[in-house]
Amino acid sequence: MDLEALLLARLQFAFTIGWHIIFPSFTIGLASFLAVLEGAWLVTKRDVFKTLYLFWVKIFALSFGMGVVSGVVMSYQFGANWSVFATQTGPVLGPLLGFEVLTAFFLEASFLGVMLFGWKKVGPGLHFAATALVAGGTLVSAFWILSANSWMQFPTGFGHDASGRMVALDWLQVIFSPTFPSRFAHMVLAAYLTTSLVVGAASAWALLKRPDQPESRLALRMAIGMFAVVAPLQLVVGDISGDVAARYQPSKLAAIEAFWETKAGQAFHIVAWPDRQAETNRWEVSIPKLGSLIVAKDANAEVKGLKAFAKEDRPPVGLVFWAFRVMVGLGLLMIALGFWGAWLWWRGGGPERSRTYLRFAVAMGPAGFVAVIAGWMVAEIGRQPWVVFGVMRTASAASPVHAGTVSASLLMFLAVYAIVFSVGALYILRLIAQGPAAVAAEPALAGPRAPGSALAAAPDADAGLVSRESDR
Amino acid sequence: MSLDLPLIWAGLIATAVLLYVLLDGFDLGVGILFPLARSPADRDVMMNSIAPVWDGNETWLVLGGGGLFAAFPLAYAVIMPALYLPVYMMLGALILRGVAFEFRLHGRRRGKAFWTGAFAFGSLAATFSQGLILGGFIQGVKVENNAFAGGAFDWLTPYTLLVACGLVAGYALLGATWLVLKSQDELHGDARRWAWIAAFLTAVLLGLVSIATLVSHPQVAERWGVAAGAVDWGYFAPRAVIPLLGAAGLGVIAYGLAKRSHPLPFVGAALVFLSGYFGLAVGFAPFVVPYALTFRDAASADNALGLMLAGVAILLPVILGYTVWVYWLFRGKVTPDAGYH
Ligand code: HDD
Ligand code: HEM
Ligand code: HEM
Repeated sequence: MDLEALLLARLQFAFTIGWHIIFPSFTIGLASFLAVLEGAWLVTKRDVFKTLYLFWVKIFALSFGMGVVSGVVMSYQFGANWSVFATQTGPVLGPLLGFEVLTAFFLEASFLGVMLFGWKKVGPGLHFAATALVAGGTLVSAFWILSANSWMQFPTGFGHDASGRMVALDWLQVIFSPTFPSRFAHMVLAAYLTTSLVVGAASAWALLKRPDQPESRLALRMAIGMFAVVAPLQLVVGDISGDVAARYQPSKLAAIEAFWETKAGQAFHIVAWPDRQAETNRWEVSIPKLGSLIVAKDANAEVKGLKAFAKEDRPPVGLVFWAFRVMVGLGLLMIALGFWGAWLWWRGGGPERSRTYLRFAVAMGPAGFVAVIAGWMVAEIGRQPWVVFGVMRTASAASPVHAGTVSASLLMFLAVYAIVFSVGALYILRLIAQGPAAVAAEPALAGPRAPGSALAAAPDADAGLVSRESDR
Repeated sequence: MSLDLPLIWAGLIATAVLLYVLLDGFDLGVGILFPLARSPADRDVMMNSIAPVWDGNETWLVLGGGGLFAAFPLAYAVIMPALYLPVYMMLGALILRGVAFEFRLHGRRRGKAFWTGAFAFGSLAATFSQGLILGGFIQGVKVENNAFAGGAFDWLTPYTLLVACGLVAGYALLGATWLVLKSQDELHGDARRWAWIAAFLTAVLLGLVSIATLVSHPQVAERWGVAAGAVDWGYFAPRAVIPLLGAAGLGVIAYGLAKRSHPLPFVGAALVFLSGYFGLAVGFAPFVVPYALTFRDAASADNALGLMLAGVAILLPVILGYTVWVYWLFRGKVTPDAGYH
């Protein structure tokens, strides 16, 4: 395995998983949001809930489709690019991924059909059940894949068999490895935040244009409720993630905080320029003792620095350090967005009165995606140089495939994803620009086509039936 | 009594792959036939006939890949690098056709035309790649020290190209007979015509592939009892059921089409695929990586297989149950005036 091929395989993996995670972060939250909307509609019979459901389900269908196709790629990539990893860890990780398919993917995929096309085929109760099952499926899927990832972050409950590959000794320890609970909580909250930020931004955008839209007012309030509760919660869970990392992956924590020396009373570096060659920060802006206080909850505690680890066992520092600061910075902004919104709401008059607030909410629309990707960079690059922490190095995990071959597949992904992503984003933004009321009031909905069907999703002039000629 | 876990898993994976081929086969076939449709309205009906189920169908492919990783990690780790390029070609093509379901509805003029094309091209390219994968698989893979040891283009031979063409014809047949079942009026008539043509092409190409396999792969020929050109009739006779099944399938298609039956042609097409599938099984039965690793060599640890078997015993009936329910829900003809939804 040459180094160039290894580098390309890592780039490809990072690119394809980074692309994939964009969609789960949005669809996990959106599926739950849709289930809540439909449930609320069934209970209250208020039309706003239905209008919102019909609007967001179209955006959901678009993003879910992109999530599915990019996920299928991931499940083949382990074998194609990381065959040594696949052989060695298959008996341990294989069942986790197998259970993901059996318990989550079939559920999501089958009931998605009912959710999108079954509006007139099943009663409202059953349709709601389909929505709820899809939402449940996304969470179960996150459970299994994060369990697999957490085991790679800190493997427990395994041994080696005669041929040297890893085998499970205790399945519960494999599935619930020590970093799993905090990671699962952190990721699910991240998904909920990402979704509410998008919902909040879309509603704020609509209200900036026309402040008197009941659907968007309601949706903005729902989103503010999420920011105000979930964003602070995410700070607490993220802090626990940090403690967990300090305990099980001290090298990652040292990189996150750019600690070089092992010492008591570590300073917290707000910003810094870590230099791996010189094994120090070229410059830094720090608060004394705060580092130890955050990590160990004791300002005078000793915390390990990177020099405590052999050079070949240290993760890249700069990327991890900066990605962490991007994530936390955005997290703090989300908290601000929540508290400000709650205050505007509580003070009376409502958040839509403040155009500054609405603009802030629009600007924060993509923040969840950025924070999720930054968070995963912290987790995954911080795990390097290991693919299975402490057991298997990334460099020894790759397939016997040549650099030229890997570049071919990487180029293919760059091209295909560029097209699919820009077009998908365009269609979603176009729907958002029309707004819930306009989309739900389309004549297509009054016609024979069922609301909620994908056909109804088409802007009317382009709907399959009407625009036959435009299909050439 | 202890269960023979690797054997059970070999059977389960084989079943998952067969289900994938039959189910996504007709989806991809509908995509292959897309350019032949007379009007955009016909294309809408074609797409609508598979839109609610394609995602579930494709999940069998995920189970095939994920299941292989879980049950036979060594096989997964050898086959994927060996067939690296066609596997990624397939995945790229599946992305295009997968997003086209939604994107085509949102596109305006040029956008819609583009995704119509992407759907057809993606379906064709995914099928062709699957054919290359299948051909490369039958051809055998070079293995040393439990790892792939060949070159990036080992899979590219005239033989694999022939298999790929065969699979395109076969999926087109599945797609056409599916449309015979699901469509009405003019499109129904077109679908019958496509089914006739596809059945003819499938028969010819299946015959050619069979002959090519026997001629160029002596290991396979031996297993059929036709080594070195001489037929060992006693050995061949029980296996002859398989080609007969294929012939029967073609007969059912022809009969069904002639008698204007709606479901029969699809049943016949499924029989043809079943025969091809069993034929392959005879060709390399205990091998999961042909001629190098048997399913026992590649099997995962017993406790992994056991755990998953317990899961499958409970979950598979549930999955099959709701899959059947979804198909039942969307049964019947798809009409252009989408009262269907
Ligand atoms: C935190 C959640 C999460 C993470 C970390 C991943 N995924 Fe994912 N994946 C999902 C959450 C998800 C989901 C929510 O279940 C998706 C996204 C949208 C969708 O359609 O389902 C999905 C879809 C999806 C599919 C298609 C399922 C189908 O056919 O319906 C596959 C095969 C994978 N993923 C595989 C992977 C692999 C191999 C990953 C790791 C390398 C991975 N995913 C990371
Ligand atoms: C979905 C969110 C995820 C993101 C954004 C992500 C991101 C990344 C990134 C950026 C790398 C490259 C690190 C480097 O090479 O320096 C990486 C590596 C890796 N990740 Fe993840 N990851 C995610 C989830 C997972 C999961 C769930 C698994 C397994 C179950 C996984 C398995 C791997 C493997 C095998 C590598 C090694 C290949 C490599 O180093 O590039 N990842 N990931
Ligand atoms: C507000 C303060 C936050 C803190 C203190 C924090 C802390 C952390 C830490 C320490 C990790 C690394 C865990 C590990 O690898 O072991 C992490 C990962 C991650 N973070 Fe955050 N985080 C915060 C906010 C956010 C926000 C707002 C989001 C997204 C909306 C987010 C998304 C993620 C994701 C997706 C990961 C990777 C998965 C994981 O390892 O948990 N984080 N975070």
